[in-house]
Amino acid sequence: MSTETVSKDVPLAAQQRPSQRSRAADRALDIGVRSLFPVVLALGAGAVLLLALGRNPITFYGDVWQGGVSGGGWDAWQDSAIRMAPLLLIGAGLTVVFRANIWNLGYNGQFLLAAAVVTGYGPSLTNHLPLWFAMLLLFLMAGLTGAAWTIVPAVLKARYGTNEIITTLMMSFIGVDLASLLIKGPFQDPAVTIPQTRVLDFDKMLPPIPGTRIHIGLLVAFGAIFVVYFLLTRTAWGLRLQIMGANPRAAKHFGVNLPRLIVTSFLASGFLIGLAAAVDFLGLWGYIRSSQNPGYGDTVIPFIFLARLNPLAVVPFIAFFSVLSVGGDLAATNANLSTDFLLVLVGLILLFMTVIEYLGRRRDLGSSYLPPGLREALRAPLFRRWRT
Amino acid sequence: MSEPTDTPIVELVGITKAFPGVLANDRIDLTLHRGEVHCLLGENGAGKSTLIGILSGLNRPDAGTIRVEGVETAISSPRTALELGIGTVPQHSALIPALTVLENLMLGDTRRLRLDEEGARKRLDELARLLGVQVDPDVRAVDLALGHQQQVEIIKALWRGSRVLILDEPTSMLTPQGVAELTKVLARLKEQGHAVIFITHKLHEALSLGDYISILRQGRLAGTIDGRALHEKDPDELRAEIVRIMFGDEARAVADVAELRDELSEAEATSQTAVRGEVVLELRNVSAPGEGAELGVEGVSLDLREGEILGVAGIDGNGQRPLAEVIAGQRGVSHGEVLLFGGPVTAMPVSARQKLGLRYVTDDRLGEGIVGSLPVGINLFLKRIGEQPFWRHGRIQRAAIDRRAVELVRDFDVRTPGVGTRAGTLSGGNVQKILLARELSFDPRVVVFSKPTYGLDVRTTATVRELIRRLAAGGGAALVISTDLDELLDIADRIAVLSRGRLVGVVPNGPGVTEEVGRLMVGSAGAEAA
Repeated sequence: MSTETVSKDVPLAAQQRPSQRSRAADRALDIGVRSLFPVVLALGAGAVLLLALGRNPITFYGDVWQGGVSGGGWDAWQDSAIRMAPLLLIGAGLTVVFRANIWNLGYNGQFLLAAAVVTGYGPSLTNHLPLWFAMLLLFLMAGLTGAAWTIVPAVLKARYGTNEIITTLMMSFIGVDLASLLIKGPFQDPAVTIPQTRVLDFDKMLPPIPGTRIHIGLLVAFGAIFVVYFLLTRTAWGLRLQIMGANPRAAKHFGVNLPRLIVTSFLASGFLIGLAAAVDFLGLWGYIRSSQNPGYGDTVIPFIFLARLNPLAVVPFIAFFSVLSVGGDLAATNANLSTDFLLVLVGLILLFMTVIEYLGRRRDLGSSYLPPGLREALRAPLFRRWRT
Repeated sequence: MSEPTDTPIVELVGITKAFPGVLANDRIDLTLHRGEVHCLLGENGAGKSTLIGILSGLNRPDAGTIRVEGVETAISSPRTALELGIGTVPQHSALIPALTVLENLMLGDTRRLRLDEEGARKRLDELARLLGVQVDPDVRAVDLALGHQQQVEIIKALWRGSRVLILDEPTSMLTPQGVAELTKVLARLKEQGHAVIFITHKLHEALSLGDYISILRQGRLAGTIDGRALHEKDPDELRAEIVRIMFGDEARAVADVAELRDELSEAEATSQTAVRGEVVLELRNVSAPGEGAELGVEGVSLDLREGEILGVAGIDGNGQRPLAEVIAGQRGVSHGEVLLFGGPVTAMPVSARQKLGLRYVTDDRLGEGIVGSLPVGINLFLKRIGEQPFWRHGRIQRAAIDRRAVELVRDFDVRTPGVGTRAGTLSGGNVQKILLARELSFDPRVVVFSKPTYGLDVRTTATVRELIRRLAAGGGAALVISTDLDELLDIADRIAVLSRGRLVGVVPNGPGVTEEVGRLMVGSAGAEAA
């Protein structure tokens, strides 16, 4: 089964790197193996775990398939597609900065603040303005909110070289709590006692793509993926970003304006993450509770690395995860398991990714999942421990 | 040690190694005896690095036999090589920048669980005394000058008691004094029965330091010169013989190049007249801090005229990099002014200075000169990102870039399978050609060269110097920072001497200048030792 899936991925992987046609087949196979093996192994290990827990893995994965794709007379896949929309936007937003070797880990704060803003202003704006205009305005507000929440880490890094991993995480905590405050305070629906915003009327939400239940946010997400792909591979900005990510000293030597690039890539990342909140809460939820935190970013990150920071290659991985998470809800309920079992699967994917990365490095199997900067960041603490 | 000394310590027989598309080593034989410095000569890409890689356990041969002390052995990993007593000093430092000298040295020590810092300090002392060098164990590697990094690398290679030492172009970054020191170090190593494999591009070094010379060409052992010949034959005759072996049919072309020195007197005469041009670059009392423990520059004033080649001599780590970076705009000044074509550019960013015609050929070719993961074609345009006609409305014009890149690759004779090849896979000489192609095309007016021929083979060196001369002859101006005094004597109109971050003097090139520059350098070297 594994070889079948690998060969299926070859054309995709080959298309990711059009500039290196030499030995393209070898590389493609290598990338295919390294990208898909962790997933296959995780599903295998998951099956063993299920057996150990006394569940039938075939039933479980069958339920996942049914719940995420084929269920309800081939209707369930639309739920998975809806789930994809915010994930794709977050994937696009994180890919932009990760390419530049900048680690924006403040996605939860950026996402929830933007979500609070769209759900807070959504009901009044959509009631008083033409729907398309209100939506445009809300998307813009969400994007700007997400972007605004990256300004502090961006400026600190650009001006003082402050490590953005720490600052974005700190800002994220602040953002999450601030969002919760907003929902309990100014945006609270006065009609209910639980802390949540007013619910958007059903006909005031993002309209569906004709003939489906899928809201047009999915199209926005695909649009964003293509825009990011274009920016990264075809533009001067994207090349500068890539150089900064690969070798910041060289970027300085070439006359790249590093501070400006750091700030613009941060803003782009925050903007896209803000849009993710807009499509999810205007298209699917219609309101937000103060306790709500889907944590999309955390689950998306492994797939961004599996896709080797290629925005197009992120799509199939996110599709896979969407099916797993939508179908997994049903499967877990049927198997009388907590839905947290799905997180176990994601964790296993990460684990096998690391193992294959390690084996791959030892056998020099080609390119790494991780950009050089993160590899250093991961290694540095190890060395520090050795030294003391 | 009890074995008779005529058992070779290392013997390679019929070593063959192929990489995709290249036969890097083709049935190479090489014998190494105790107390012998064995020089390995060859152009860039002749197969020296591969052979060394096989000896140090980085590559495994496809065919052939390796014997260590007469025993057939497979060197399967760098660790095995070390255990067999074969230590390597790489051409580019492999020290971990963030760790101190001592920590770098202890990294190789995996024999015990606990790090023995006390013992390591003792061992470092012992080896430093053996080599006659002074090394501060607590300085971070990143803060060491290239020359000092090399000394640490040598100590690291000897750390585990290696008897065979491989030195990969060890003199390419050393000053004359450094080379003299290294010569002494080699003599001491020989006395103690160590064997040394010495890779170099410089014929005179091979002739003066080597006890035996092996010459590689296109992956084959093209010829050898044994100790007797080295002692008995006339150096000029030997030199001619080596050039013939190294370049074969192309020897004639290279012989012409070797004769450049003679033509130089004429060239000098012409350039001396050209120096009357206007001042294009001026530094007024410029100071800039160094990074970390690196020495900065202090109160440097100089001017560079149209058509002139100004050399900057000095021992490595005396402010060369800060000087170059201050001019290029990569480093801010704390005091003073930089003027380009009479206008102040002190606050101007790198890209704006580039637009005025300033170019900087960095000596850190791999670290900042190229982005190794990007194709050669893109690397040629990394200083023109976003500019017409290679970018239009921010969009890359791949066809335009590739077309121009193919031309540049041809004009500058970059040996690459194609413009789509990743730049990081090319050899050092070809990387330098990429940098030169990038900096010297598109109308350069003032070019700062930092160690322009460091690590290059004879032919590429000659080409580079010719390019610099042509730049000056065409009305450009060149500031050549080099630790190779011979090079500056070769091409510069005037030579400035940099010492402890200050310009201690500027002398016109001509008869007797060696002593003058030497006096300036040594005068300050004395101060350094005090």
